[in-house]
Amino acid sequence: MNVSVIVFPGANCDRDAAYVTRDLLGQPTQMIWHEDRDLKNADLVIVPGGFSYGDYLRCGAIARFSPALQATVEHAQRGGLVIGICNGFQILTEAGLLPGALMRNRDLHFICDRVPLRVERTDLVWTQHYPDQAVITVPIAHGEGCYYADADTLQAIEDHGQVVFRYCDATGAPTPESNPNGSLNNIAGICNRQGNVLGMMPHPERVSDPLLGGTDGLALFQSVMSKQLQTI
Amino acid sequence: MPTYQAQIYVTLRPSVLDPAGTAVQSGLHHMGFTGVEQVRIGKYIQVTLTAEDEATARQQLDHMCDQLLTNPVIENYRVELAIKAPAGTVA
Repeated sequence: MNVSVIVFPGANCDRDAAYVTRDLLGQPTQMIWHEDRDLKNADLVIVPGGFSYGDYLRCGAIARFSPALQATVEHAQRGGLVIGICNGFQILTEAGLLPGALMRNRDLHFICDRVPLRVERTDLVWTQHYPDQAVITVPIAHGEGCYYADADTLQAIEDHGQVVFRYCDATGAPTPESNPNGSLNNIAGICNRQGNVLGMMPHPERVSDPLLGGTDGLALFQSVMSKQLQTI
Repeated sequence: MPTYQAQIYVTLRPSVLDPAGTAVQSGLHHMGFTGVEQVRIGKYIQVTLTAEDEATARQQLDHMCDQLLTNPVIENYRVELAIKAPAGTVA
């Protein structure tokens, strides 16, 4: 599987993502500078975490207009796979590939923590390697991760089963206490209706190598590459 | 072409919670301003631009606001426009 990781000025999780896809999973992975329009035959585009363009104006607002991101939008519209992690999630909402917006955390603090998530759907290309209703532990590191959408949009997201990950307690219950940032309905990650675009605030790439204290994120990358991994 | 000075006020939509505004409100209460009922924090953006006429300037500014300067999911905006220099002069 050809993986392309978009590199924005201010991105800081691009190499972590590439480490998982290239070094851990052996897939050809290329870094795409934000000024390039050519995604190099990508099957999967990763919009990584960080602080693209210094988070000026709003997180993700300026990245949206970069040539690489415009090519990513076209890739998604053709049905291509796109995952946005953290700042990448913010960028995908700004670009209109995913509904809603990410706002300042409820308690205003930047949160750096490891939190439990419930995997809401395991029939997606992104999550097929997780057991049903799996509870996984994944790091978060963000100041603007509070998911917001107006009431109608939120209802539509729920009705169409677009919530992929929800903040929950250790037992898998999405309680108010287990919601770190005030996200509506404890939303940590959503997909588009077609399921080819995923956005999430937690960082699966940071829990893919056992050396880093966990592997709960690896199944996400294994899911999306399952066909390629079978043929190795 | 004339030069225009635009003042753009970006505010959170009324339905959107503003935790920073709430924190500032609490600070004002601690200062003794107990009459403060609500604080909402927005952004103020100044844009200087040249355009054929005021209608064109407004049209361009609306486009800028819709596409980049604001996020319509969470924000509203208001544009105030004044002529800074008529055509043929240096702003």
